[in-house]
Amino acid sequence: MAQELGQLPMGWLLTALIVIVVASGFSIGRIRAERYLIAGGQKFHSRGNYHGYYVAMWGFIPPLLVAGLYVLFAKPTALGLLSSELPEAFHTLSSAELQSYLESVANAAAMGGYSGSDLVFATVTGRYLELWGSLKGATLALMLAGAVTGIMYARRKVSPAFRARLRVERGAEALLFLCAAIAIATTVGIVASLLYESLRFFAEVPFTDFLFGTRWNAQTSAEFGALPLFFGTFMIALIAMLVAAPVGLFSAIYLSEYASVRTRRYVKPLLEMLAGIPTVVYGFFALLVIAPAVRASALGINSFLIELGAANGPVLAAQPTSALAAGLVMGVMVIPFVSSLSDDVINAVPDSLRDGAFAMGATKSETIKQIILPAALPGIVASMLLAVSRAIGETMIVVMAAGQRARISFDPSTDLTTITVQIVALLTGETEFDSPKTLSAFALGLVLFVVTLIFNLIALRVVQRYRDKYE
Amino acid sequence: MNNAQDNPFRSEKALKRLRRRRNADMRFQGYGIVALGFALFALVFLISAIAWKASGASTYHVIRVDLELSPQTILPEGDASPEEITRNIEGFYSLVRNDLLTRFPEANETVQSKRAFSSLIDRMAVLPLAREVADEPHLIGQTTSVDVPLSDDVDMFLKGAAPRAIFLRVGEASSPMRNAEEGDFKIEVDRLNKVSAKIAAIGQHGAEPTVLLVADKSVGRIKSMEDGDVILEILTGRQDQFDGASVKAVIIPSPEDQRSVSDQQIAWALALKAEGVIKRVPHFSLLTHTDSTYPELAGALAALVGSLLTMLVTAAVSIPMGIFAAIFLEEFAPKNRLTQIIEVNINNLAAVPSIVFGLLGATLLLGTFGLPRSAPLVGGLVLALLILPVVIIAARAALRAVPPSIRSGALAVGASRMQAVFHHVLPLALPGMLTGAILGMARALGETAPLLLIGMVAFVAEVPSSTTDEATALPVLIYSWASNAERAWEPMTAAVIVILLAILVLMNLAVVLLRRKFERRW
Repeated sequence: MAQELGQLPMGWLLTALIVIVVASGFSIGRIRAERYLIAGGQKFHSRGNYHGYYVAMWGFIPPLLVAGLYVLFAKPTALGLLSSELPEAFHTLSSAELQSYLESVANAAAMGGYSGSDLVFATVTGRYLELWGSLKGATLALMLAGAVTGIMYARRKVSPAFRARLRVERGAEALLFLCAAIAIATTVGIVASLLYESLRFFAEVPFTDFLFGTRWNAQTSAEFGALPLFFGTFMIALIAMLVAAPVGLFSAIYLSEYASVRTRRYVKPLLEMLAGIPTVVYGFFALLVIAPAVRASALGINSFLIELGAANGPVLAAQPTSALAAGLVMGVMVIPFVSSLSDDVINAVPDSLRDGAFAMGATKSETIKQIILPAALPGIVASMLLAVSRAIGETMIVVMAAGQRARISFDPSTDLTTITVQIVALLTGETEFDSPKTLSAFALGLVLFVVTLIFNLIALRVVQRYRDKYE
Repeated sequence: MNNAQDNPFRSEKALKRLRRRRNADMRFQGYGIVALGFALFALVFLISAIAWKASGASTYHVIRVDLELSPQTILPEGDASPEEITRNIEGFYSLVRNDLLTRFPEANETVQSKRAFSSLIDRMAVLPLAREVADEPHLIGQTTSVDVPLSDDVDMFLKGAAPRAIFLRVGEASSPMRNAEEGDFKIEVDRLNKVSAKIAAIGQHGAEPTVLLVADKSVGRIKSMEDGDVILEILTGRQDQFDGASVKAVIIPSPEDQRSVSDQQIAWALALKAEGVIKRVPHFSLLTHTDSTYPELAGALAALVGSLLTMLVTAAVSIPMGIFAAIFLEEFAPKNRLTQIIEVNINNLAAVPSIVFGLLGATLLLGTFGLPRSAPLVGGLVLALLILPVVIIAARAALRAVPPSIRSGALAVGASRMQAVFHHVLPLALPGMLTGAILGMARALGETAPLLLIGMVAFVAEVPSSTTDEATALPVLIYSWASNAERAWEPMTAAVIVILLAILVLMNLAVVLLRRKFERRW
């Protein structure tokens, strides 16, 4: 019986139960209110619907809390109960082995029970299903009890003088606030999880070794000097900005100062399309078209230099994946980030400044160079910062086109690796975060988060101040 | 008084300076045009390169044969249950192979030749046929026409992609004479000089290119040639078919041991093509098949469904939550510290790298909450958090666009603030909110990195049916196909990219239409 309960599809049941409770709560409240109205003819403070909402609210909250507790704690509780019941023989296992054994039991149970030949495992899985089943049954019962109690309590309150609408509105406002607070919860979640795992990493690898070490070899041996990764990230972001900064800025200047309204209307969305293309597409493009082209030109330069006699061996590494290929394509990707915001800030420069310059006899380019750009400079710097932070955090292009080797080299045709590439390489296919290898990914993530956060904060502050100045 | 010399503004020096300044102006404008031109060129180049690559996958080659589905071969144990039928791939495969083998007696001679012949078609290629028969058992014993995809190497050759081949018409062959050696014979060909000229033009260093002569359904390989005479080794077919036939030469520059298809396999493929057994058909299986290790059998269906399920979760979480959060911040939030922190937070979250959200999902959702790995549920939740700031910012802009007079009017006739917002402001702001939500969804649809970290990279051969099944998504499929080494994956990957971009374009079109329909100036 309890074993069969273990197979219950809880997701659907919880949802169904909550829907039923809300629907019945609403009808109960509303019907009661209407009955009063018909019987007494008294004037109600709130309309019947609000009484319905009020009762439904009280029916909704207790089971929701129970469901939340279930989602959070049910599995650990069941596993904990199981491991405390396990016979003596199991206590000789190390905690990691026990953990993975329990995990496989839970997996087998999730697949609907174990029917293989391992009798011990079958018994343990059966017992786990029983425990799991009784937990599920208890949860459902508790939810139902909570809902009924809540509805009964709220139903008693329904009366002509009861201000149901105010209560409901307060509840709705709390809901709205909770939704807004999710943003904070997300940030807290990010910071907490990154910090927690990073601290576990730094307990094993000294902080300074990580930040200033020059050898990174996390996959095979335990070398966690992240400096080559920072260098690779910086190098590729630099190449990207060498493309994106001039192109984006000049595009923005042209669009806002020179282009006709018609051109602007058609070209600006086209430019913004660059930001809408998924990064994996850029990565494929870099891998398929740009990386071979970079390699071919590097080889060409090599043989040219050798022919000239300027070198007696290959000068450039000419790897099939290269920092230059990834950087160039990333540069194209971040063009709209530079141009869009720059365009906005240039447009926000008041016309009086332009008119003043023209009145002095300045040409258009002189006005732009000497009046508008200095006025818009903070905003432009902010847009560059945002673009850099994009480039640092960008993952797919570098994963596909930059390479895996951690090293410090100024040759753009060599393959470099970045923070994001290593995070993906370390965590893809991993389930357990317990070795320094997997934990190092979180330390890298923390560095990435902090650096981009600083860039964003500065950029946002600059933009804010700029806006205050001109609006 | 208008003397040009006297006027300091029209002096030689001033005019020169003016010209220089005007030229500088022109140059400056030129930089802008060049920059814009570069950006637009990059866009066009990117899209056309991918579209060009994808066009290679729009069709593929299949073998179309009429098969008698004899029960002895496909049901060796006499059990006609669907499971038994789909399990017996080997039976279906031998049906197809034996049908083709009747045309090529030489393929039956040695083990090597048999193996080479078998690799024209991958074994799993008959799986769809087996599934069809399992669904419709009445087909057993009947004769049906079936399409079986050709192995990707042969398909690439026939499409002219790899190895490259040059086709030349060389006119009529005449007077075949049997040579002393077995299988070789000598013919005269009209315009053999064309072939030698082409070979000289290719200028291959070292390795001699392969030259095949094709006459109708017979293919021979040139062993040597001397002014008009050719010693030919027959690979398939009969030598008498060369007599008086118009002959085609196929020059393959890359040497045989450096390519994945042998001369013999090419000969068979050319003969089958001449016979009309090999057909080039639209590649619909790209949309109807799931992933496979063989490029010619792979399709994006599982990833499409996976993406759809993920997007459903994302929409269900992020749209209501984003709209509610925006309503709170825009209509109810008191001006205090907490509200300010929330605002800064939302702006910052919008710029956090997406991979960090993947790390959050990996630790919090998979680790702490114990949700299933590789599931659209987790992917959808992570993406929902990722696009939440986008949705909130767009929804706030939509709310701000509703004039305050609407709120005042509602409040004036006695509505509560909640009623004013939900009955009057929200309906007016909803279209704007939805366009923002669609744009957020478009971003989520193209997002790859966070999904990699929560394990949605697994090879998924079955269409997921619920949000907790193992699944993958379109961008992740693009990533994993792009990492495959075989060249046949390139056009396939590009084709999936085209599918993804098409969906994104549709979503953006929806936004444009929505805006046009509901745009309102107050």
